[in-house]
Amino acid sequence: MNLFKSGDLLAFVIPVGLILVWQALSSAGYLAPEVLPAPTAVALAGWRLATSGELWTNIAISAWRAGVGFLIGGGIGFAFGLANGLSKLSERLTDPTIQMVRTIPHLAMIPLVILWFGIDETAKIFLVALGVSFPIYLNTLHGVRTVDAQLVEMGRAYGMTPVELFLKVVLPGALPSIFVGLRYALGIMWLTLIVAETISASSGLGYMAMNAREFMLVDVVVLSILIYALLGKLADSVARWLERATLSWHPAYIAR
Amino acid sequence: MTARTFSARLLSPRGLAAAFAPASAPKPQLRAAGGRGASVTLRGFSKSFGPKQVLKKLDLHAPAGQFIAIVGKSGCGKSTLLRAILGLDQPTDGVVTVADQPPTSDSARIMFQEPRLLPWARVLDNVLVGVRGLGKIEAREAALDALRKVGLGDRAGEWPSVLSGGQKQRVALARALVSRPRLLALDEPLGALDALTRIEMQNLLERIWQKQGFTAVLVTHDVSEALALADRVIVLEDGGVSLDLTVDLPRPRRRGSPGIARLEGQILDRLFGAADRDAPTDLHGDLAQELYA
Ligand SMILES: Nc1ncnc2c1ncn2[C@@H]1O[C@H](COP(=O)(O)OP(=O)(O)OP(=O)(O)O)[C@@H](O)[C@H]1O
Ligand SMILES: [Mg+2]
Repeated sequence: MNLFKSGDLLAFVIPVGLILVWQALSSAGYLAPEVLPAPTAVALAGWRLATSGELWTNIAISAWRAGVGFLIGGGIGFAFGLANGLSKLSERLTDPTIQMVRTIPHLAMIPLVILWFGIDETAKIFLVALGVSFPIYLNTLHGVRTVDAQLVEMGRAYGMTPVELFLKVVLPGALPSIFVGLRYALGIMWLTLIVAETISASSGLGYMAMNAREFMLVDVVVLSILIYALLGKLADSVARWLERATLSWHPAYIAR
Repeated sequence: MTARTFSARLLSPRGLAAAFAPASAPKPQLRAAGGRGASVTLRGFSKSFGPKQVLKKLDLHAPAGQFIAIVGKSGCGKSTLLRAILGLDQPTDGVVTVADQPPTSDSARIMFQEPRLLPWARVLDNVLVGVRGLGKIEAREAALDALRKVGLGDRAGEWPSVLSGGQKQRVALARALVSRPRLLALDEPLGALDALTRIEMQNLLERIWQKQGFTAVLVTHDVSEALALADRVIVLEDGGVSLDLTVDLPRPRRRGSPGIARLEGQILDRLFGAADRDAPTDLHGDLAQELYA
């Protein structure tokens, strides 16, 4: 990830410019601190929470929930996507049910999930896993199904075993589509976690923001929002880096 | 087996002259280096898709090392025939043998109309797909060697997407030949190439065939290509062999020589004869005039 390669610097022009304008408006008194505190005030709040350690524990607990939920949901979606892409029987058995469940907005399950699991970790992880599994499932299935049939025929004619055929032809062929699902799922992962933590939690970034609201600490609320943005960006960058590393054969990624 | 092909040839009117052409049959075997090729035999071969019978009781024998070309109109079952020879499809009826054994994925290699290279594997790894049962180092050596033979030894580390169409097809040829198959099936492998690259590839194919001595079954739409390369041209029509022509011309053959033009006329007569009778246009006459000019 050469984040600071000269071309990428261009991406920072607008965010940095916005922060400067924001600071200028705050300093000039156009923005009331109880509506939107100045960037410096937010930075100070960040420093305060960082030195007390509160910030890190909350980030860690949120990241842990996101990661575990993502692994579980992503794993399940990936497994069913592969199975249904490769086996007609499996598809006929499970796809209609999955498609039906998929139409329920997973956040609508929050009341039920609280009733089931209370407000402990299981509830949040369950919601993240549920939200993440569908985009991964759909894109994996699509990727496996649209693998070039001519290449599969070639593999068969050249005596590849089913395992070889899967590892050398089907999986690499499905990878671009799987990555689309992955990046989409990462977005859903943060969204779900934030909503879940905001509504019911006793730790984590969403809880930190809700707690600050009760004490009218606007700077901490803004800080939480900015951290969400940074974490989302970080996850996306990792996904993009993975994509580049594994799809280096793709004409769109061949470095010139 | 020889008797069977002989009689098939006698029965087809155009094949009569060919059957009596001097020293036609043994010659290919003499040319084949060390007799490495595998003979191909189809007996009473039929293939249906549902109610549609594509090939009907077809008999064909290609002796080891022969270069045999199959021409015929689109949809007449040429690819179906190749798939059967490769063991990719089972016949509805009849027997297929390659070197007197049922065909397996190890007995033959195929080249398709498209290169069908794995875009996510480097050129060398694509050639390695064709290698069976060798250690890592030997396999690499064999693949590099095959690449050198098709003139791409220096492109081993590249992605297929940066190669030209002709180069991709040469990688596919290297992949097909790296395991030194005894039978090579070619399903219009040069159809998508431009005319100049095509001639280049034809020459390359002929050279490698002469050196390695495998049996070659080439499906092509291009009659002149068939005549430039093959020992024998089969015309497939109505599910059977309608013409079996021995091409007894010295190699390398000169395109447009009178001998080739005469045979080309015979094949085109057979392919378009029926259409000519139905439609009293001058198309056929023009074509023939061009050919004999
Ligand atoms: N899997 C299949 N299912 C049903 N019909 C098929 C199948 N494969 C081939 N056919 C039919 O069999 C016939 C012969 O097909 P084949 O592909 O062998 O033709 P071909 O001679 O190779 O044609 P072309 O020169 O256009 O490649 C066609 O009518 C085709 O529609
Ligand atoms: Mg075909």
